[in-house]
Amino acid sequence: MTAFLAACIVAGTPLVFATVGELITEKSGSTNLGVEGMMLMGAVMGFLAGQTTGIPGLALVAAAVAGAAGALIFGVLTVSLRANQIVSGLTLTIFGTGFAQFVGEPLLGSSVPSEITSFFAKVSIPLLGDIPVIGPIFFRQDMFVYLSYILCALAAVYMYRTRIGMNLKALGESNAAADASGINVTLYKYAHILIGGALCGLGGAYLSLVRMPIWQENIVNGRGWIAVALVIFVAWNPIKGFFGGALFGGLSILGLKLQAMGFGVSQYLVDMIPYVATILIVIFGTYKKKKESQPPADLGNNYFREER
Amino acid sequence: MDFIRITKRDDLPKKKEILITILAVILSIVFAGIILVIFGLNPFHIFREIILGSVGTGHRITQTIVKAIPLIVTSLGIIVAFKMKFWNIGAEGQITMGALGAAWVALNLGDGVPRPLMLLLMMVAAAICGGIWAFIPAIFKAKFGTNETIFTLMMNYVAIKFVTYLQYGPWMDPAANGFPRIATFAENAVLPALGGVHIGWIFAILGVVFIYFFMNYTKLGYEISVVGESVETARYAGMNISKIIVIAMLISGGLCGITGMIQASAIEKTLVYGIANGMGFTAIITAWLSKLNAVNCLFICVVFSMLMQGGDYIQIALGVPSAVSDIVQGLILFFVLGSEFFMRYRVHIGREKAKEVA
Amino acid sequence: MQQNLAIEMKNISKVFGALRANDNVNLEVRPGEVHALLGENGAGKSTLMNMLSGIYTPDSGTIRINGEEVHFSSPKDSIKKGIGMIHQHFKLVDVMTARENIIIGQKSSFFVHGKKLAKRVKDLSDQYGLDVDPDKKVYDMSVGEKQTLEIIKVLYRGARILIMDEPTAVLTPQEIRKLFRVICNMKEQGCAIVIITHKLNEVMEISDRVTVLRKGQSIGTVDTKQVDIPNLIEMMVGKKVSLSIEKKKFAEKKPLLSVDEVTVLDGEGKAALDDVSFTLNGHEILGVAGVANSGQKELCEVIAGLVKAEKGRIYFDGDNLVGKTPRDIIKLGIRMGFIPEDRLGMGLVGTMDIVHNLVLKDYQNQKGIILHRGPCVKKANKLVKELDIQTPNIYTPVKRLSGGNVQKVLLGREIDSEPKVLITAYAVRGLDIGASYKIYDLLNEQKEKGVGVLFVGEDLDVLMDLCDRVIVLCHGKITGIVDPDEVTKEDIGLLMTGKVEEAGNEEVQS
Repeated sequence: MTAFLAACIVAGTPLVFATVGELITEKSGSTNLGVEGMMLMGAVMGFLAGQTTGIPGLALVAAAVAGAAGALIFGVLTVSLRANQIVSGLTLTIFGTGFAQFVGEPLLGSSVPSEITSFFAKVSIPLLGDIPVIGPIFFRQDMFVYLSYILCALAAVYMYRTRIGMNLKALGESNAAADASGINVTLYKYAHILIGGALCGLGGAYLSLVRMPIWQENIVNGRGWIAVALVIFVAWNPIKGFFGGALFGGLSILGLKLQAMGFGVSQYLVDMIPYVATILIVIFGTYKKKKESQPPADLGNNYFREER
Repeated sequence: MDFIRITKRDDLPKKKEILITILAVILSIVFAGIILVIFGLNPFHIFREIILGSVGTGHRITQTIVKAIPLIVTSLGIIVAFKMKFWNIGAEGQITMGALGAAWVALNLGDGVPRPLMLLLMMVAAAICGGIWAFIPAIFKAKFGTNETIFTLMMNYVAIKFVTYLQYGPWMDPAANGFPRIATFAENAVLPALGGVHIGWIFAILGVVFIYFFMNYTKLGYEISVVGESVETARYAGMNISKIIVIAMLISGGLCGITGMIQASAIEKTLVYGIANGMGFTAIITAWLSKLNAVNCLFICVVFSMLMQGGDYIQIALGVPSAVSDIVQGLILFFVLGSEFFMRYRVHIGREKAKEVA
Repeated sequence: MQQNLAIEMKNISKVFGALRANDNVNLEVRPGEVHALLGENGAGKSTLMNMLSGIYTPDSGTIRINGEEVHFSSPKDSIKKGIGMIHQHFKLVDVMTARENIIIGQKSSFFVHGKKLAKRVKDLSDQYGLDVDPDKKVYDMSVGEKQTLEIIKVLYRGARILIMDEPTAVLTPQEIRKLFRVICNMKEQGCAIVIITHKLNEVMEISDRVTVLRKGQSIGTVDTKQVDIPNLIEMMVGKKVSLSIEKKKFAEKKPLLSVDEVTVLDGEGKAALDDVSFTLNGHEILGVAGVANSGQKELCEVIAGLVKAEKGRIYFDGDNLVGKTPRDIIKLGIRMGFIPEDRLGMGLVGTMDIVHNLVLKDYQNQKGIILHRGPCVKKANKLVKELDIQTPNIYTPVKRLSGGNVQKVLLGREIDSEPKVLITAYAVRGLDIGASYKIYDLLNEQKEKGVGVLFVGEDLDVLMDLCDRVIVLCHGKITGIVDPDEVTKEDIGLLMTGKVEEAGNEEVQS
C-alpha cells in the first residue's frame, strides 16, 4: 500500500507543477488554457537539452524557459493585445502540441543520458526517510518530487503571507481596484503568466526526463487539461494543489493496481477514470458557494484602463 | 510607457478590418517561414510543395476536398456553440460518438437494408449520439452554470477511450485474427461518390446554407446571438435560456456527430478510436477565423484543408514532419487574434507637444 | 507671496474616438478650498479628473500640482504627488477586509504586519472624524462605509488633494450631512478638495468656488457666494431653463396592480424583498426610493416574472401574476425597463442595431420559426423620429449611441407597446438635463393616458417632484409609503435607513 501511495505522488508530480503554475496565472486574472501545450513544450525542450548536454540543471532550465516562452505568447496576446483569453489559450495548446511534435520527431524512441537519469533517481532523505509509513511515501522520492514540495510550500507562503501575494489577490479580484491602488497591472500579469508557464514546462519535463525518459509522441496525454480542472477543484490553493495532484495521479495508475490485484477490468475503461473524475469535480465545483473558494472575480477579463 | 498610448476606437470600416486580417495572415506565413529557416529548411520550397501537394493533381485536389468536408461540418457545429459563447471544445468527442452511433447501425442492421435508408439511419443515429454527447455538458451549464470548457474537453477523452475499449474488446472483429479492429461496413453503409468525391460534399454545402439561414433568419438563431452577447439581456427579454442552450448544443453536437458518420462511412468504412483525428480542434481555429460566419467558414476550411493536405504531402515526399502544418495553423490564429487589437484600439506613439497658451 | 495653486490644469483636451470629452479646459484649485466641478452628465467632469488621478492621459495641455509640472502615466504617479481620487464606482476588493484594501499597492515590509497600520488608520480616523472597522469585509459594508474606506485609503497614502466623483449620489441625506462634516475637517487641515457633481443645492452648500463645464468646455469659474442656482443652471445648460417637473393630479384612482405580501429570496436564502404590499393605480407615478440594493431590482423582476415570489400574490386585472412566465406577463401589458450601471446589460444588446433591439421584445408574438424584421424596421423609424434619437441610421449598433439615446431606445420600446403598467428603473441614469426632462415628459404622458408607472430612482429631488406617492424600501421591507407634498427629503432619508419612528410619514402598510 505504501508503495502505491508513493507511486501516486510520482504520478501526481507533473500535475502538481502544472496545477500550481496555472493557479498562479489565474490568481492574476488570466485563464491560460494552453497548459497542455506549455507542458509539451517544456517536455520536449527539457528532453532535448538533457539529451544534448547531459546536465540536469540545464534541462530543467530549458524546460522552464520553453514553458515560459509559450506563456509569453499568451501574455502578449491577452495582456497587451487584449485578445480573447479562451481562444488564445486553446491556440497555444494546438501550437505547443505541433511544436513538440515537430521538434520531437527526430527524438522519437531515444532516451536521456545516464547523467540525467541518475540525477533524478530516488533519494532517501536521512532521518525523514526512515519514519514508518510516511517516510517511504514522501521522503524516498526523486529530486523533482522534492522540488514539488518546496514549490507548494513557497507558493503558499507567497500567496498568503507576503505583500506581493496580497497585491496579486487584489489584482485577480479587481483589476480596476489594483490599478487605482498603484499596482502595476501589466507587470504583475506578465510576471505571473510567465511563472505559471515555466512551472507547466517543468511539469512536462518531469514526464520526459524522469517518469518515462524515452521520448514518445503524446507524452503529456491530457494531463494539462486535468490540471486546469484541478485548479478549480483545489480552489486556487497550492497546498491543496499538491494533494489534488497526488489524488489524480493515483487515479491514473489505479487501473494498473486493480489489474495487479486481479480485477480483470479493461485497461481502456480504467483509463477513463481520471477524466470522469475531473468531470465530477467540475460539476460539484459549482456547488461550492463559499466566498473564499470562488474564482478570482476578475478572472478571464482583460484590463483596459481607459474603458468607457 | 509614456511614448506608447492606446485609446479605444469606434468601429472600423469593414474594408480596413479585412485588410488588417489579411495582413495578419501574411505576417504569420512570413513568421512561419522564418521558423523553417531556423530549422534549416527552405521556406519557399516548402510552401510551394504544400500548395502543389494540395492542388497539384486531380487526385490531390480530391484529397483536399475529402479533408475539407469533415472540417466544414464540424466548424459549422462549433460556430453554433461559439455564437452563444458556449466554448464547445468537445467536438472531437462528439465526432467520435457520432461515428459510434453510425457504426452501431451499420453493423447491426445488416446488408439487406437498401443503401439510402441505411445511410439515412446512420446519419440520424450519428446526430443523436453526437447531440447527446454535447447535451450532457450543456444541461449542466444551463442548470448549474458548470464550466463547459473542461467538461466538453473531458468528454473527448471519455469518448475516445470508450471506443478504444470497444475496438479492443467487445466489438473486435473476429475475422481480423486478433488484430484490434472493428468489422468493416458492408457496401450499403458506405457513402457513394459523386464527381469523384464521396457525397459528403453535398452535405457540407447544404450545411453551410442551412447554418447561414438558421443563424440569420430564424428566431432560435437570433436567440442564440442574444444569449451569447448578454445572458441578462436574454433573461430580461423573457427568453428561456436553458432551452436555448440545450437546443443549440444538440445542433452543435449533432453536426459534429454527422461528421463522425461521414468519416466512418466514407473514409474508414469502419469505426476506429482515432476517427476524429484532431478535426475537433482544427475546427475551433477555422470557426474562430471565419468570425463565426458560415459562408466565410466554407472558404477558410478549404484553405486549411489545403494546408493539411500539403502537410501530409511534404511528410511523404520530403520527409518534413506534418506537424509543420499544425504550427502554421497555430501561427495564423495567433496573428489574427493579435490583429484584432488593432481593430479595437488606436496606438499613439510619441508625446504630443503641450500647447501652452498664455 | 501667492501660494502655489494646488491644481492648475491648462488647455486640457481629450478625445475618445469621435467624441471631444475635454476641449481646452482650464481649472485652478487652491489649497484649503472646496472646489465644485459642476456640469451635466456627459460634460466631461469625470474625464478631466481621471487625468489627475492618472487613469487617462491628456491629449494636450499641461497639469501643475503645487506649482510643479507633472505627467502621470499611471495611478501610481498620481498617488505619489499626493492626489487621492474617490471614484463614483468604488475601486475596492470585495472579498478583502478594510485593512487589506488600505495596504494593497503600498510599499511596506515584504511580509504583512498589522500594528503599525492599525495605529495610523486610527490616527487618521480621529483626525478627520471617519469611522471604519478594519476587519470588516467590503462585501459586508454599506455604501456609506465603503465610501469612508475609500477616503481613508487615500488619506493613508498621504493625499493632500482629494477628488470626489459624485460622492452623494448613493448616500442618504443623513450620510450626506456626515460627509460634508468630514470635508470641512479636511478643508481646515489645508487639503484641497474637488467635488464633481451635478447637484446644484450641494454646490451651494459646501463649495467655496465652482467651475462649470459644458459639453467638454470650461465655461467659467465663480465664487459660490456670488452666484445663485439659476446662474449656475444657465452656465451648465447654456440657456435659461426652469427646472421644474410637471405633476398633474388625477382624481381617478383605479387600482391596476396590487402587490400582496410578496417575499423574494436571494441566492443565499435571505429575503431580498420581505413581505412587501402596495397598490399601483392608473393615472399615477409611484416612486420607489431606497439605498442601493434595498430590493428595487427584485421588485421590478418579481412583477415582470423574472424571479420567483417565495410568498405572496401580485394581482393584475383579477389575475395572480405569480407563477406566470415573463412572456405571458409582457403579453398582459406589463412592461419593464431597467437601466443597469453600464446602461446596456439588461435591456439592450449592444452589438445589435435599433431594429434588432426592438425585435427583442416583439419576436415572441410572431408565429413560426422565421424571424421577421419588417415590422420592427417601421417601428424603429417611427421611434427615431418621435423621440428625436440621435443616430447615424437605424442599423447602427446601439452601443455606439450616446447616453440619452440609449435610454430613449429602451424606454421608447416599452412605451411603444402601449402598456397598462410601466415599470422603469433608473431611467435617467447618466443623462443630461435636457434628455432627463424629455424622459419625465414621456412618463407624464403615460400617466395622462391612464398607465400606472412605477418609477425606481436614485435622486430624491426628482422622486419628490415627479411622483404622486413614494414607496421607501429598506433591506427589502417597505418602511413607508409617503406623499411627497407632505414629507421632507430628510424624512425619506430616515425611512431609507430604516428609522421608521422618527419620520413623519402618513401611511405605513405592514
